[in-house]
Amino acid sequence: MKYLLKQMGLYLVAAWAALTLNFLLPRAMPGDPVMSLISRMRGQIKPEQIASIKAAFGFTDGPLWQQYLQYLNAVFHGDFGISISSYPVKVSDIISTGLFWTILLGVVSLLISFIVGNLLGVFITWRRGGVADTILPGLLTFMGSFPYFWLALVMLFLFAFKLGWFPLRHAYADELSPAFTWTFIQSVLVHMVLPAGSVVLVSVGGWMMTMRSTMVGVLSEDYIVMAEAKGLPQRMVMFAYAMRNAILPNITQFGMSLGFILSGQLLTEMVFSYPGLGFYLVKAVNTQDYSLMQALFLMITLAVLVANFIVDLLYVRLDPRVRAG
Amino acid sequence: MNIPQISVTEAQTPEVRSKIRRAPRLAQFDWFTRMLRDPKAVIGLVILAIFLLMAVFAPVIAPKDPNRIVGRANQAPTAKFIFGTTGQGKDVFAQMVWGARLSLGTGFLTGALITLLSLALGMTAGYFRGWVDGVLSTATNVFLIIPGLPLLITLAMYLPPGAMTIIIVLSVTGWAWGARVFRAQTLTLREKDFVSAAVVSGESTFNIIFREILPNMTSLVVSSFFGSVIYAIGADAGLAFLGFENVSIVSWGTMLFWAGNNSALLTGAWWTILPPGLCIALVAFATTMLIYSLDEVTNPRLRSEKEIDSVLKRFHIRSRRSTPVLRHERGG
Amino acid sequence: MNAEDKGALLAVRDLSVEYLTPRGAVKAVDHVSFQIQPGEVVGLAGESGSGKSTIAHSVLRILRPPAVISGGEILFRGDDILGMTQQQLEAFRWKNVALVFQSAMNALNPVVSVVDQVTDTMMVHQKMPRKEAEARATELFRVVGIDPARLHSYPHELSGGMRQRAVIAIAMALNPPLLIMDEPTTALDVVVQKEILRQIIALKRDFGFSILFITHDLSLLVELADTIAIMYAGQIVEQAGSRELFDHPRHHYTQGLMNSFPSISGPKRRLTGIPGAPPDMVAPPSGCRFHPRCLAAQACCAEKVPAPTMDENGHHVVCYFPLEGGER
Repeated sequence: MKYLLKQMGLYLVAAWAALTLNFLLPRAMPGDPVMSLISRMRGQIKPEQIASIKAAFGFTDGPLWQQYLQYLNAVFHGDFGISISSYPVKVSDIISTGLFWTILLGVVSLLISFIVGNLLGVFITWRRGGVADTILPGLLTFMGSFPYFWLALVMLFLFAFKLGWFPLRHAYADELSPAFTWTFIQSVLVHMVLPAGSVVLVSVGGWMMTMRSTMVGVLSEDYIVMAEAKGLPQRMVMFAYAMRNAILPNITQFGMSLGFILSGQLLTEMVFSYPGLGFYLVKAVNTQDYSLMQALFLMITLAVLVANFIVDLLYVRLDPRVRAG
Repeated sequence: MNIPQISVTEAQTPEVRSKIRRAPRLAQFDWFTRMLRDPKAVIGLVILAIFLLMAVFAPVIAPKDPNRIVGRANQAPTAKFIFGTTGQGKDVFAQMVWGARLSLGTGFLTGALITLLSLALGMTAGYFRGWVDGVLSTATNVFLIIPGLPLLITLAMYLPPGAMTIIIVLSVTGWAWGARVFRAQTLTLREKDFVSAAVVSGESTFNIIFREILPNMTSLVVSSFFGSVIYAIGADAGLAFLGFENVSIVSWGTMLFWAGNNSALLTGAWWTILPPGLCIALVAFATTMLIYSLDEVTNPRLRSEKEIDSVLKRFHIRSRRSTPVLRHERGG
Repeated sequence: MNAEDKGALLAVRDLSVEYLTPRGAVKAVDHVSFQIQPGEVVGLAGESGSGKSTIAHSVLRILRPPAVISGGEILFRGDDILGMTQQQLEAFRWKNVALVFQSAMNALNPVVSVVDQVTDTMMVHQKMPRKEAEARATELFRVVGIDPARLHSYPHELSGGMRQRAVIAIAMALNPPLLIMDEPTTALDVVVQKEILRQIIALKRDFGFSILFITHDLSLLVELADTIAIMYAGQIVEQAGSRELFDHPRHHYTQGLMNSFPSISGPKRRLTGIPGAPPDMVAPPSGCRFHPRCLAAQACCAEKVPAPTMDENGHHVVCYFPLEGGER
């Protein structure tokens, strides 16, 4: 319990830091984003619109702390302002679908990488010096050195463009519309193979090596010797005794790498034009859409924090020593 | 890309300990000589050396300006242009060779800065503890959790474009990993006898930190440096790919930007994508090998595992689960 | 197989165990022989590093490489343990011989509840269904003195004494005829030590298993052991019935050990201890390994290892100049 509260506290601080950063940056930077927007629109706006843009940005009158409170208030009401690039569409409308696809892709690729990676780690420790142990570490470490977006490019080129086995872009076939039909779900799955595949191929080596490292540590513990002394079959010793313990530090590490892996995934989304948050990130960058950018930063950060908390809940479930507090 | 980190274990502190007041300088670099005997480290060093030489001797290997237009756009590799031409008609090979300078330069420089920053913050937190540690640790954790790319982009968007921005932005997002490790190690070392001895004999805090504690962290610092370099090179490439850098300067990252911009995929120009990406991957891989080798050499448990492995091989002992019986009278 | 081994539950003959290190082989156990009869309690006493735990782990063959058994025989009811395959060993372990580890905290899986660590042996070896196994586990807990309400606790939730009892319960799960106890009370405080010892004696009386009790504390063996063997530097230097040994120690090391313990009752004595330090096992002393520390050592002691002698009481000793019918 104490552990969970401590983590919650950390996440609240992080969320506050992100919010405040979002607030301060446009005010700290040289130049005026509102003015740059206006100049981009080449004077085709009416004065009322200028006022509403300023309001949307939070550049209201009044002292700084007052603006800050108004800003916080707006955020808590889900009001992220108006997108510059898609003016006058509200930012919150744009990114809600993006959030869904990013989470879908993220959960799928993370789960696959983590599970496969950890199982491989157990396997190569079990069959030390075997074929897998000789080849996999070098191979998967090399693949793990690829930048996420680069492998995405290569896979897109090879499997979608050249071989035509998988679609080139998007989350589902263009002619379909979202529905709970089998055709739609199938299309979603097919479109997920390459993006998820490239994230998995890059990440899996890291999980495998970490698991191997923890397994080697755990296997030298006395309770493993006792398990052997009990005459338990090797399968049971490896999984119920060794892996059960070795996976714990990997879960905490999982939480910490979430932000890092998500960053890689965002770039992958860009390459595949996958309609997740990464896609909107590119749009925001290319059109200098500050309000969209801010909202995305916040949204992505919050998603990672929530994911971290879920991982913490899982960890508490798995390690009885933490449950006591 | 994955950035490995060496394990910080209680047993990792080197053998020279409490008896000797000031650790002999040379003992700190034991691990380096041992690394040289490890094939992983040798491969890593060789690959890095190749790239470094390529960067240094760029004018010799690929004379003339890599930004020149030398031929038709998007030509496949031929004898004349062994890596073909870009969407603008520039020589991919020349770009790759010259690009090494900027990519490696930014990577190593930023890596060094990140290491210094994380060292300073981590050691301060670990040594002074108390509220200083509380504040710094929270800051470290916050920066660890907040996803790097959105933060990078947010900062890069607001700052004026340029090399300085890139370096600042990368350092701000990259220091937290190392800081955590250094803090942990400083906390451990702080409790050791030789530090207590120094404190009791009235050494200044400065001396204690820089002459007692820091020398015992050299392998960790080196490992963190390598990790930071990998991060810097990768993140730099990512930022360039997104168009945040001066795209008229040649680096591996900007090569990828142009490849994306010129729809290399749709025109089938794979030769504009493969070389720069492979260069980044190879440099990262080589550095990763160095980190793994360093981990093995400094972690006593891993080292003894290796020794045991070689002994077992010699006696043809395959099973590790039960005590082998080597009887010389029977067949064994 | 010797005539004397017939009927013995466990017969260890000329056992040698080495650790293969890059620097050379270290002989941790050097030609050790002893037996355990059904229902007998044999105490194995010696300093840390004398090889006692190594012997315990060798019987079950759970010593990890780079340790190897380099010579001798271990027979359990006539079965050759050293010739068993991995599969045979898995079937043999725990059902016939169980081991009570020294540090219960380290020997218990921290993330699995205690009851599961008892029942898994039964479910694997006896194919017992879970419910039945849990019922038996409850009974075992009661018998070793743990409140069955603690069945589903995790190791870290139990006190030191309770953990040790749990480990004993696990060892008894399959009713093995031989229990090896490797310093089961060392990690506990003195009061709890006594309780656990009492519990062990009661269990032995009620269930009749044999015990190989390993300890560095001779005083624990007074009440418990039928036979005691004293180990030094990988060799057994003295072996006798426990009463006989306590009344008439013949090896100088044994004498030194006994003089190292104060007794609460009886006259005040000066504690002497044993001069010197345990030997380096990579290059042990020549001849009798104890000679550098022995007050009665002479030139011949350094030349050749003495041959074991046995008197009419079945009292073995390995010494050129054993103490004669001595008093303490």
